[in-house]
Amino acid sequence: MGDCTVGAKVVSSYQINNINIVSFGSVTVIEEGGSVGIVETKYYTFAEPPNELQLECGRKLGPITLAYETYGEMNADKSNCILVLHALTGDAHAAGRHHPDDPKPGWWDNMIGPGKAFDTNKYYIICSNIISGCKGSTGPSSINPATGKPYALDFPMVTIADMVNAQKALIDHLGIKQLMCVVGGSMGGMQALQWTVAYPDMVRLAIPIATSARLSAQAIAFDAVGRHAIMTDPDFNGGNYYGGPGPVRGLATARMIGHITYMSDRSMHEKFGRGFQNADSPAYDFVTEFKVESYLNYRGASFVERFDANSYLYITKAMDYFDLSQPSGDLRKELSKVKASFLVISFSSDWLFPSYMSKEIVSALRRNNKDVTYAEIQSDYGHDAFLVEVDTLSRLIVNFLEYFDPRNRHSDE
Amino acid sequence: MNSNSARHEITREITKLRPEFRYIIDMVEPGSRVLDLGCGEGHLLKALQIEKRARVQGIELSDTAIQECVAKGLFVYHGDLDEGLADFNDNSVDYVILTSTIQVLHRPDFLILEAARVGRQCIISIPNFAYWRARFQLAICGVMPKTRSLPYEWYNTPNIHLTTIRDFRRFCRERGLLIRRETDLVLGQHSARRIRVWPNFFADYAIFLIEKKQG
Repeated sequence: MGDCTVGAKVVSSYQINNINIVSFGSVTVIEEGGSVGIVETKYYTFAEPPNELQLECGRKLGPITLAYETYGEMNADKSNCILVLHALTGDAHAAGRHHPDDPKPGWWDNMIGPGKAFDTNKYYIICSNIISGCKGSTGPSSINPATGKPYALDFPMVTIADMVNAQKALIDHLGIKQLMCVVGGSMGGMQALQWTVAYPDMVRLAIPIATSARLSAQAIAFDAVGRHAIMTDPDFNGGNYYGGPGPVRGLATARMIGHITYMSDRSMHEKFGRGFQNADSPAYDFVTEFKVESYLNYRGASFVERFDANSYLYITKAMDYFDLSQPSGDLRKELSKVKASFLVISFSSDWLFPSYMSKEIVSALRRNNKDVTYAEIQSDYGHDAFLVEVDTLSRLIVNFLEYFDPRNRHSDE
Repeated sequence: MNSNSARHEITREITKLRPEFRYIIDMVEPGSRVLDLGCGEGHLLKALQIEKRARVQGIELSDTAIQECVAKGLFVYHGDLDEGLADFNDNSVDYVILTSTIQVLHRPDFLILEAARVGRQCIISIPNFAYWRARFQLAICGVMPKTRSLPYEWYNTPNIHLTTIRDFRRFCRERGLLIRRETDLVLGQHSARRIRVWPNFFADYAIFLIEKKQG
């Protein structure tokens, strides 16, 4: 695991990852060990009318394009396929670079590559984008074939289950009968869980990280404030802002709120403290003064460059609607049909997806006599830990995958 | 295939490391469901999985031990035993195992009863505080006992609820638990010796196979 000691170094100093750690979709960590090199995003289009995808809300969507990337080689019997699922603002670009001069690699590059946790020498890694996103897959900013204009708020409400159903079409297209593993953090973890419930025969192992079977009222509240900021922005224009400036202030505010929830009290204190950005003494003015203030402004401003406000509305709503305990209201009952073996991971300082949420999943699985390992990783990084605690996470995942890799024969099996 | 010999090699290694495990492994029926509370790095579970084809799971508090268990392909829960076993139905596993664990718990009585509820049978092992060497050190030398089964100094011991074989038998009697088997041992470096005479005096370690009294 020499390649994956990166995390330990990063963790030891906040200064090093001043810019590096925090964002969901744009994480950079010092690269060591192997890289998957230059990669490109691929696109799969399906659900052409009249065979549109039936959505949970009752409406249909088609045609659908799904952006995805793959790393490593599929083996002959296609038994080494791992589906990686990203968080709220992530994308299909999980590892490597699109161009040699890209400043940052994919969002989980420290976990995917030769010799890394998801070892591309052994496994075939697929990272799929989601419908309703804005990173190459069909979403509210896509052109509605019926009108020739962007869907905007005419885009149907998409749920986590719908996202997974679309990914199922992609996995079928790739000719994969069973995924060796589905893995994801945060909303990616929700998708991983949904995969095990919706397609129990297609998932052998599942690794939901820092996630939940259903969001708390507190988490929904933060999402609601973010959406409120976007929808009350004077430039929102009922979602029909394409071609104009768009609700950039609202979207930036939503992102700033998001970033607060991804960090912990401790990590904010260590990273910013009460420090001033440019001076030693207070200015007694409303300029951006505190370091934490400046950081959030920067994060908000850079986010609007790369993300569509309508997608933010749709995706956060999908997370809010997600409730794996439905329709019965009994999570144990709803998880009774899963067949996968689980590695459930949470982080001690994550207050957006606290450990009790992971324990709730584990508890429901255990009461169904499913094979499940639960690990709570001690970390000060809050929800962001799933992108930062590379060393601990890698060790758990490498061993878990290694042991259950169908190609490895164990003397006790 | 040499998988059989590899198997034996693993169990041999484990029981060499912890000779008392040999007696615990022998108490478990093949093909059972086993839950090890405070499973550590999973040595016992691994041995039971290999030798008894048991379906095993563990609960453990230590981060590093959890990593070791995952590396062994074991399913473990990272958590605190003092929280109890709320996820488990009555009689849902064949054996609940507590090896040298109850003395570190805040509420050993609560967890033993929980173990007895969840397991059809329980295997509980204890270091015996009434072992003659411990008695001698305390009574004659006037110092806190240190023995092979109680290796700590007074200031760094995790043991907060030490017991004796006699106390444990009485506890079982009072709480409606039946002792099906009792194995009393003196632990050596790579071996353990059975003690059959005056175990509460001559044994420093005891393994109990217990179950609930019916009705």
